[in-house]
Amino acid sequence: MSSDISHAIDQAPGHVVHTDPETGKTGMWLFLFTELLLFGGLFLIYGVYRSMNEGAFHHAAAELNVAMGVTNTIVLLTSSLTMVMAVSALQRNQVKRSLGFLTGTLLLSATFLVIKFFEWSAKYHHGIFPGKDHLHELPHGEGLFFNLYFMMTGLHGIHVVIGMIVMTVVLFKIRSGALAADNHGMLEYTGLYWHLVDLVWIFLLPLFYLTT
Amino acid sequence: MAHSNAAATGAYGTTGSYLNTPAGGGLKSWLTTVDHKKIGLMYASAMFTFFLVGMSLGFLIRLELLEPGTQFVSARAYNSIFTLHGVIMIFLFIVPGIPAILGNFILPLQLGADDVAMPRLNLASWYVYMTGAVMALASLVTGGGFADTGWTFYAPYSLNTNTNVSLAVLAAFVLGFSSIMTGMNFITTIHRLRAPGMGFFRMPLFCWALYATSWIQVIATPVIGITLLLVVMERTLGIGFFDPARGGDPILYQHLFWIYSHPVVYVMVLPAMGIISEILPAFSRRTIFGYKAIAISSMAIAVVGYLVWGHHMFTAGMSDTARWVFSLLTFFVAIPTGVKVFNWIATLYRGSIEIRVPLLYAVGWIFLFSIGGLTGLANGALSTDIHLHDTAYIVGHFHYTMFGGAAIGMFAGLHYWWPKIWGRMYNEKVATTAWVLIMVGFNLTYFPMLILGIKGMPRRYQDYLPQFHDLNFLSTIGSWILVAGLLTMIINLIRGARSGSPAPDNPWGSTTLEWQTTSPPPLLNFATPPEVTTGPYDFTEILRQNNVEAGK
Repeated sequence: MSSDISHAIDQAPGHVVHTDPETGKTGMWLFLFTELLLFGGLFLIYGVYRSMNEGAFHHAAAELNVAMGVTNTIVLLTSSLTMVMAVSALQRNQVKRSLGFLTGTLLLSATFLVIKFFEWSAKYHHGIFPGKDHLHELPHGEGLFFNLYFMMTGLHGIHVVIGMIVMTVVLFKIRSGALAADNHGMLEYTGLYWHLVDLVWIFLLPLFYLTT
Repeated sequence: MAHSNAAATGAYGTTGSYLNTPAGGGLKSWLTTVDHKKIGLMYASAMFTFFLVGMSLGFLIRLELLEPGTQFVSARAYNSIFTLHGVIMIFLFIVPGIPAILGNFILPLQLGADDVAMPRLNLASWYVYMTGAVMALASLVTGGGFADTGWTFYAPYSLNTNTNVSLAVLAAFVLGFSSIMTGMNFITTIHRLRAPGMGFFRMPLFCWALYATSWIQVIATPVIGITLLLVVMERTLGIGFFDPARGGDPILYQHLFWIYSHPVVYVMVLPAMGIISEILPAFSRRTIFGYKAIAISSMAIAVVGYLVWGHHMFTAGMSDTARWVFSLLTFFVAIPTGVKVFNWIATLYRGSIEIRVPLLYAVGWIFLFSIGGLTGLANGALSTDIHLHDTAYIVGHFHYTMFGGAAIGMFAGLHYWWPKIWGRMYNEKVATTAWVLIMVGFNLTYFPMLILGIKGMPRRYQDYLPQFHDLNFLSTIGSWILVAGLLTMIINLIRGARSGSPAPDNPWGSTTLEWQTTSPPPLLNFATPPEVTTGPYDFTEILRQNNVEAGK
């Protein structure tokens, strides 16, 4: 029901501004749905090719560095924790605390990307990279495994980068007071998004690193 | 768009026409507006431009098929032309069509809201749509020319062809974003912005149809998004997911493609069904028969329609089990569709029918869509599909459903809501003539294709055997009549919007909320926020007024 929704007109007529906190939240959850299905397509392809090339997937997965994968999992999970703490701090009007935790989240996500960079470049030097000849010479199943690895961790990495950009914007908005205890929606939605990025990684880790 | 009534300020917002709020804003006020009504019209102007291009290409295809052999289009150019016809008509016109034009304009009005839930996102989705459209058109002149794969971009050919497939599929990817944004916006709007007293089962059926449509847009579109991105990756990096030479499976591409593209035919047709459900009660002067059944059947079509994609691939190589399961599920879709059709007919039965232009389009729609639906069942049956697959029959069938279903439904809706949108009437006589031309031309164009397909003429060829000449000739003649009808209709609508006679607030005697505000509506839609106390199609008051007028 819309009786509780207030609205106002900006200085320039024609601009209707709704202030309904549920709107943003509903929209964000719907967006997360679409994200699940975006990754879902890749998980489906993974499922099909793994069932067709079980041995090759097993063999190829041994090439990945489990220690780095696990470290990254811990880093990303911790970043989800600091994100939650940033949200709850802002809700309780502890602006400085919130800014601190958000900066922490940003640093942890940067750490994730740095580790990822070293993993990818090591593979690149071994000729294991989409478009490299060496990858085409491998048995088909292994080639598919590595291409899936780069596509899925790549798409995930793009999501991490987008998350960091949004977090930076939110950081400045909290600083300027545009986001505050009574208007913390944008930080909360960023948090929801960040947990999804985290959740996808929790599935990527066992599917790629731990299948051997 | 010249309207004399000046913007005035009421208690709830401005009461002057939205068309000149702000007064004298010019083009900039349109390009920066967040008003759902103006955004709907911006979509309309873009989409009908593309529709005219797509129509010309279709006309060209028919012209080439007038006689056997090459007339004036080479086989290679023909491939690009039918691909471009499909891409424009599907991705730029009918998929976003009704939701983006009429959904944007009418949904908030029918709910009694002042706008959609996220107006800025709404404007953003228009810009994303335009970006996708520009990319699609740019792929015409860049790279190796426009894709020649058909609108389905099937692997492995789409991975190998030298034409510019990459940019075309990226365009489709971007257009998908626009579709998702609109879907998210509508779901949120329906959940949050219904007028006080309007429970879900007091919503007009057009809103129900848009609700079902929006869920499909949100759930199905990301799958095609990732699939098309992978096609680009295949072409640039050779990742091999759909390339048999590298252990990939082209059938998997078909699965992923149809996981989106089958549900999306319901994105095209469900809103049209919603429009028919609005028009029939209005011109029968009685409540719709089986309101709840129609509302729920929209959701049922959305759910079951998500699970039938395999019926596009009966001949592509699937297990027998998969084939009969998909065939059975396909037949299930006919049940909620049948529920709708019978309820519509029952609504007309013993109604006080007034034959006006929107009703003509609506009844024409039921006729064309019934042919489309029934011919679809023949494709859904495993044995007949082996014979009909990839023939002209399929082309006939989907034009009956997509053009006869989605596009004619949109035309019905445009004729129904046109006086509300512009505050002016179109010429009803010309509109009726256009309707006759469209109905005759339509059936003359597409019915021969059904017969040609059964006789064995394959689709997507620039040439055909001499024994197919007569029916192809007839079909081409039909396309001329059809185009004449479409042009008459479009010109008549534009003239009506510019210089038609002023329309009253409720010209048809309809009951839903959009008719309770002025024509055209003010910026925030209603001078006072409406409250809802009855179902959407309660004609008691309208009939009482009619009796009073008749008694005068």
